[in-house]
Amino acid sequence: MTQRDPRLVLQTSPFLQTGVTTPRIMRDVILAALPTLAAATWNFGVVALLVVGSATAGAVGMEWLTTRKRPDNPLLDGSALLTGLLLGLTLPPGIPLWMAFLGGVVGIGLGKAIWGGLGQNLFNPALIGRAFLQAAFPITLTSWMPNRFHGEQVAGFWRLGEQTLAAPLMRRDVEVVTAATPLGLQKFEGTLTDLGHTVIGTTGGSLGETSAILIVLGGLYLLWRRAFDWRIPAAILGTVVVFVAVLHYGFDASRFPTPWFSLTTGGLLFGTVFMATDPVTSPTSPKGAVIFGVGVGVLVVLIRHFGGLPEGVMYAILLMNTASPLIDRTVQSRVFGRGRKAAS
Amino acid sequence: MQRLPGSGTFSHGVHPDEHKEATEGLPIERMPFVSRFVLPLSQHIGAPCRPVVRPNQRVRRGQLVAEPGGFVSTALHSPVTGRVVGIGPRRHPNGQLVQAIEIEADPLDPQDMPDQSFGDPLTMPVPELIDLVQRGGMVGLGGAAFPSHVKYKLPEGRSARWLVLNGCECEPFLTCDHRVMVEHPDRVLRGIQIVGRLLGVEEAVIGVELNKPDAIEALRHAIEDAGDLVVPTRVQGVKVKYPQGAEKMLIKALFDVEVPAGKLPLDVGMVVNNVGTMAAVADWFDHGRPLVERVITVSGPGVRRPANLLVPIGTPIRAVLEYCDALGPDVQEIVMGGPMMGQPVASLDAPVLKGTSGLLVFTESRDQAMRACIKCGRCLEACAYNLNPSRLGRLARAGRIEEMERYHLMDCMECGACTWACPSRIPLVQLFRSAKGNLRKIKAAAK
Repeated sequence: MTQRDPRLVLQTSPFLQTGVTTPRIMRDVILAALPTLAAATWNFGVVALLVVGSATAGAVGMEWLTTRKRPDNPLLDGSALLTGLLLGLTLPPGIPLWMAFLGGVVGIGLGKAIWGGLGQNLFNPALIGRAFLQAAFPITLTSWMPNRFHGEQVAGFWRLGEQTLAAPLMRRDVEVVTAATPLGLQKFEGTLTDLGHTVIGTTGGSLGETSAILIVLGGLYLLWRRAFDWRIPAAILGTVVVFVAVLHYGFDASRFPTPWFSLTTGGLLFGTVFMATDPVTSPTSPKGAVIFGVGVGVLVVLIRHFGGLPEGVMYAILLMNTASPLIDRTVQSRVFGRGRKAAS
Repeated sequence: MQRLPGSGTFSHGVHPDEHKEATEGLPIERMPFVSRFVLPLSQHIGAPCRPVVRPNQRVRRGQLVAEPGGFVSTALHSPVTGRVVGIGPRRHPNGQLVQAIEIEADPLDPQDMPDQSFGDPLTMPVPELIDLVQRGGMVGLGGAAFPSHVKYKLPEGRSARWLVLNGCECEPFLTCDHRVMVEHPDRVLRGIQIVGRLLGVEEAVIGVELNKPDAIEALRHAIEDAGDLVVPTRVQGVKVKYPQGAEKMLIKALFDVEVPAGKLPLDVGMVVNNVGTMAAVADWFDHGRPLVERVITVSGPGVRRPANLLVPIGTPIRAVLEYCDALGPDVQEIVMGGPMMGQPVASLDAPVLKGTSGLLVFTESRDQAMRACIKCGRCLEACAYNLNPSRLGRLARAGRIEEMERYHLMDCMECGACTWACPSRIPLVQLFRSAKGNLRKIKAAAK
């Protein structure tokens, strides 16, 4: 032999791989949610950043605590950061920061870590965090600090909520200034918020849910990056529109809102684009994704219009999360060359 | 001619970057003879050949050096005029030592191969034709290297209606079939006539991916120029998608027929062959040139002079890569065949085999950081068989191999599309290969 062989790497095929990686998918979703965060900051002031930051710190801190001994370093995949960000955006602006932090801790702890980490959890971790907060602090979670553009005068950017800096578990019994959400107004007072406000986002509500147009923008970005299964949002929104249209035009136009109002209010768009499309907690197969989406849509309308709560997106998604494994097991695609279509 | 019922595609599949631009426009170039050639006795699927030469014996280029070791086996010929220097263990590209004949070229010989003829292959009795195909050492040149005559000997009572020619070349980087179709469409067509007549098919159809319009054009011209054909032949473009060149996917794309699981194309009246094999068959019957050389694509980021080379079989890989200036210090990984289904090369002393369609040199290591499955479903939409690689992968990693059979593990053709598509870098197809092996062992033990 005249020449030493180079040190050849010996692996088996395939020798090529797609550029789409799990961290890239997480990064894309984070990017898609940033306009919504910007809108929240514009609408509610600096509290938006503080709340989202607290929730993210809780989530990332808990992820670090529970995975620090693992060799594959899951903290770097960005999924905990995403959970914190999304949780923060579902919270009311006036929430005490320690609650937001706790929500992040519980979301990752109970929603992800105890299941075995990324990919193993049954429920969406961000929604577990929020559901926990809603159960533990129901009043706070339904107290809506007004939008900066709500009153006669535009409120200051640097204003804080009266409870923002409250110490943990020290509830001050102060009457908080609140503003109702469009869904609450519609359900309990029968007044409809102007569609222009719900689309732009100058209404009351959770931080990230008010600006329909920016959520849609994020969704389009994810669609373009193929970061989610488009069938899920299509099925959810399609179902809600059809269901509400039947109620509004077919039954009682005064009791049921228009499909447009349903689409642009509450957590529907935010939950659809950022929560229901979580691949881990939704079915894997394309057919399963459609069933899942229709299920979420039906549950949202049922809870909103026939249940006791003004909003039901969170519970609708969590309920369908439980059904995902069953859907995946039941919906089996026909294997090529088997079954009726195969030539015989 | 009636329109074929297929839609030109199959469902699912993936779209890796094609990487064909480096070589698709380069004419086939003959690689010079080197001084030593290594001919492993088992370059095909089936029994190894039996040597019929002795060490030190002088051999002519094209002379039989090993005869078939059984029916599922084929002949082996010397790629060069020279001297047998040894018969014994030599390196296979996979690194194993295998029995091989080593031949030293005669540096002064002009390396001519005299024409010989066996009579008109279009009127010759079929059994004689099949025997000749075996004596010519013909194997499928697409990569699997299955002895061609075995495919042509139809079982009693079976017949084939269609001869399907695979000109998809869906593997990235590879352009050898492309160049053969562009430069030698007449030889491809001639081979089709011989094999089609042998099989008694009604018609032949060449499936070519639409990224090779010049090949489609060249073949159509050849068909027009030929006028009246014994076997009517047509060219059909199919969608550019991996694994379009898998024979069952090609049949689906052309005929909208699904070959049932566990069955062969012949079960739906078809025989599928690679286009390069047709050209080799034509050379054998028209000029008496056995399979002693083939076209390979040398490409990849580590190759400074990419090429489509006509290489004598048995040429050491090192010589080919040196010829293409591909052995820089940056070499990481060498692949024999395409990047999706090819084999890693362990030894540069090993030779180019009959089934070698390409040599690819990679200089960068891949992303190996395996992460958790996030059930995104990309593998499901990649799988042409509509399997659930995500679930199969989880079962494999849990060691639940017998359960995998219920999810049709054995239908997996190991095309690697799921693994290509996985954003978490889970080595799915590798898990499936090993699970399939274990499953076969379990079944064999149960018998």
